[in-house]
Amino acid sequence: MVNAWTVGGIVAVIAGLVGFFVVLRGSAFAAHAVPNGSFAGAAGAVWLNINVLAGLGAFALLGAAGIGWLGHRDRQDVATALTLVLLLGLGALFLSFTAESAPAAYSLLFGEILGVSNNQLVPTLGLAAGCVALIAFLYRPLLLSSVLSELGEVRGIPRQALELAFLACIALATTMTVPVVGTTLIFSLMIGAPAAARSFAGTPGRALVLSVAIAVAIVWLAIAAAYQLDLPVGFFVGVLSGAAYAIGRAWAAWRGSSARRSARLPASDGGPNDPASAGAFGGS
Amino acid sequence: MTQIAPVSADASPGTAPALAVEHVGAVLGGRQVLHDVSFALGAGELAGLIGSNGAGKTTLLRVILGLQAQSVGVVRIGGQAPGRRASGVGYVPQKFELDPDLPVRARDLVALGIDGNRFGIPLPSRRRRELVQAMLRAVDAERFADARVGELSGGEQQRVLIAHALIQRPRVLLLDEPLASLDLRSEHEVVALLARLAREQRIAVLISAHDVNPLLPAMDRVVYLAGGRAAVGRTDEVIRAEVLSELYGHHVDVLHLHGRVIVVAGPGGEQGSDLTLAHAHGTDLEVSP
Amino acid sequence: MSSVLHAIVEPGFFGSAQVHAALAITGAAALLCGVIGVFTVVRGQSFAGHALSDINATGGSAAFLAGISPVWGYVAISVAAAGAMEAIGIDRRRGRDIATGIVLVVGFGLAALFLFWDTTLSGASNATNEVLFGSIWTLSPGTVPIVIALGAGAITLLAVIYRPLLLSSVSSELAAARGVSVRIVGALYLLALAAAVALTCVAIGAILSTGLLIGPAAGALHLSRRPWSAMASATAIALAASWLGILLAYDSYYWPPVGNGWPVSFFIVVLVFLFYAGARIRAARG
Repeated sequence: MVNAWTVGGIVAVIAGLVGFFVVLRGSAFAAHAVPNGSFAGAAGAVWLNINVLAGLGAFALLGAAGIGWLGHRDRQDVATALTLVLLLGLGALFLSFTAESAPAAYSLLFGEILGVSNNQLVPTLGLAAGCVALIAFLYRPLLLSSVLSELGEVRGIPRQALELAFLACIALATTMTVPVVGTTLIFSLMIGAPAAARSFAGTPGRALVLSVAIAVAIVWLAIAAAYQLDLPVGFFVGVLSGAAYAIGRAWAAWRGSSARRSARLPASDGGPNDPASAGAFGGS
Repeated sequence: MTQIAPVSADASPGTAPALAVEHVGAVLGGRQVLHDVSFALGAGELAGLIGSNGAGKTTLLRVILGLQAQSVGVVRIGGQAPGRRASGVGYVPQKFELDPDLPVRARDLVALGIDGNRFGIPLPSRRRRELVQAMLRAVDAERFADARVGELSGGEQQRVLIAHALIQRPRVLLLDEPLASLDLRSEHEVVALLARLAREQRIAVLISAHDVNPLLPAMDRVVYLAGGRAAVGRTDEVIRAEVLSELYGHHVDVLHLHGRVIVVAGPGGEQGSDLTLAHAHGTDLEVSP
Repeated sequence: MSSVLHAIVEPGFFGSAQVHAALAITGAAALLCGVIGVFTVVRGQSFAGHALSDINATGGSAAFLAGISPVWGYVAISVAAAGAMEAIGIDRRRGRDIATGIVLVVGFGLAALFLFWDTTLSGASNATNEVLFGSIWTLSPGTVPIVIALGAGAITLLAVIYRPLLLSSVSSELAAARGVSVRIVGALYLLALAAAVALTCVAIGAILSTGLLIGPAAGALHLSRRPWSAMASATAIALAASWLGILLAYDSYYWPPVGNGWPVSFFIVVLVFLFYAGARIRAARG
């Protein structure tokens, strides 16, 4: 149980960090495809009787490279869809070669966080540290190109290489988290928490911290609820992520309408010397 | 009026113009988009890059930025050829769309102008903060410095992007159709701001636009593009029926109406395939074939 | 000649009733995917197309729990999910991506619950696999009329909104200027997409649903920019890939490592990808 709390916390920190940029860049499809495609690697590893983590990692990187490479001269979403189905097709093939399929498939999709063992802790921590370091290294170029990719290009940031590096971050996060929490859970955390956080916090730093905090809260709440009610963790993570997003949207809508209301009062939407409208956006 | 000195390859950085474009031609997808375009801008000068859609404006800007290779010719920034990383050039892109949900304030975007291309996490520093504040003041953006960039109006976003581009003190500032989606009042304000910045910060400003009129009061010089060729000079030298007819290769009329200029295609239109290099009217105006 | 044929086509292929059914079903699915896929790719909604197929796990597991045919679960959840995506707002590209993701997140959460109940309450441990991977070979005769009705409905809906949909896919501003309600057209298109995805998931499984929807259309759009010929080529690619895939899967019963055949989805997906790669290479050559 202690292991579940610890590993759940680590996974949530990574999901909150990587997910912040996933949401900022609109890469939700890639964040779904890389973990799901890596499932084929796990199935292949089971068939060949090698380390599952190695299989997962190899196919997560393969998926990231496929999306980056195919997306170079075609729509990103088409590239992602094609890479994903190709990997899933391979996964179906590997699964058909092995006898034990059904329970394995369920645990890869939804994970077995309540059954995390001690020897899973160390590789998870190691991969997490690598992932945090990579995100910290890429922080400024990622932020700049997420705001407006042309600005990054003019400053000499190569668009494709940066995209590939970011996909590699997703792959790394996937490799460490899928064996413990499953593909759907990591996806839920990467989307729900950051999407909610950006509605509340107006600066990159605060939104990033809040994203991590919300992700950790969701995971710990979900583990507690699952333990108490004897229902799957994945259910609570999904529903709580959706709820966090809904609250964030409601907050943003309320904030937007109140900002518009107070902006209308000074009879100006911002002349050069108009101090009255100074507080209109304020807030954060 | 400012004189453009003829630029030679070995001009020293001290006396060289801020931006010199020499005989540049560019090919895009097998099509010749620019033919032998030459002009120069001194520090503190503001020029309009005028032309209709597809005239080659964006291509020329991308060549100057080093994002697109020219087939012939040279571009010099302060006398030196820019590398892939054109640090001497600031740029405001065309028709950008900023997501209102972005958790990025105007202040954050300007700060990314300092070091957005560097790796690692930025450490908070007082010098950095003051630099950003000064830049925000210079573009009249202090009022909305703490608002999300995506929630600002079009004119306000232009100011923030101009500050982002200028904070690394470039010699040249390029703006791609900055007036395209602005209302009349913001249009006025942005042009006035750019004219002031060009003077105060001693930078060369090149603004692309399809309509010459909003820029008329501020422009020192015009680069008029049509069919990939350029006519260069003072506004009253270039925006004339004879010059533009020769550039377009068929007859056009230039009408003056309440201080505004309207360029219309005239009747007929012989193709100007046999145009030759012409130094018209003894000025520095050029019409290149 | 016949010995060559026998080397390619294992004996019994043309006589098997199961094969006939599979060829017919994938043929219909290929036609539908070819037409709808072109719009899906042009509108940049591949993620929505894929998410609708993934979310069928939720509908399927719920139907399993309720003891009704999974088709009804698929249809109900697809329409509900499409409605949710539309309601959250998919006007901006990045916002659309996140909206689709959130719907998928909540859907997965519910699926986790339903699958858990499926296995603990009704002891059906195979529910997971059946729902996730479907199977071309095991379509029950009872569902065929529903599948046909769904397909016909989706095609009819698409024919009705064809012109405004095409216009608003090319430019929503142009469409709005011509008095087209872009939002309603978009919602109706999502409805058609939901129906198509639900039926392809029943017939050929979730993997192939996305594969046949996106791959052939993306390849065809590299070959042709005109809507009709793009749809025709997409359908042709989808048909060729799925029929060739079925043939190979049938042959693979005699292949190593096990004597129960390789999965047909693997062959079809690989073939779709090869067609797509070929189209891209051809387009790049000129």
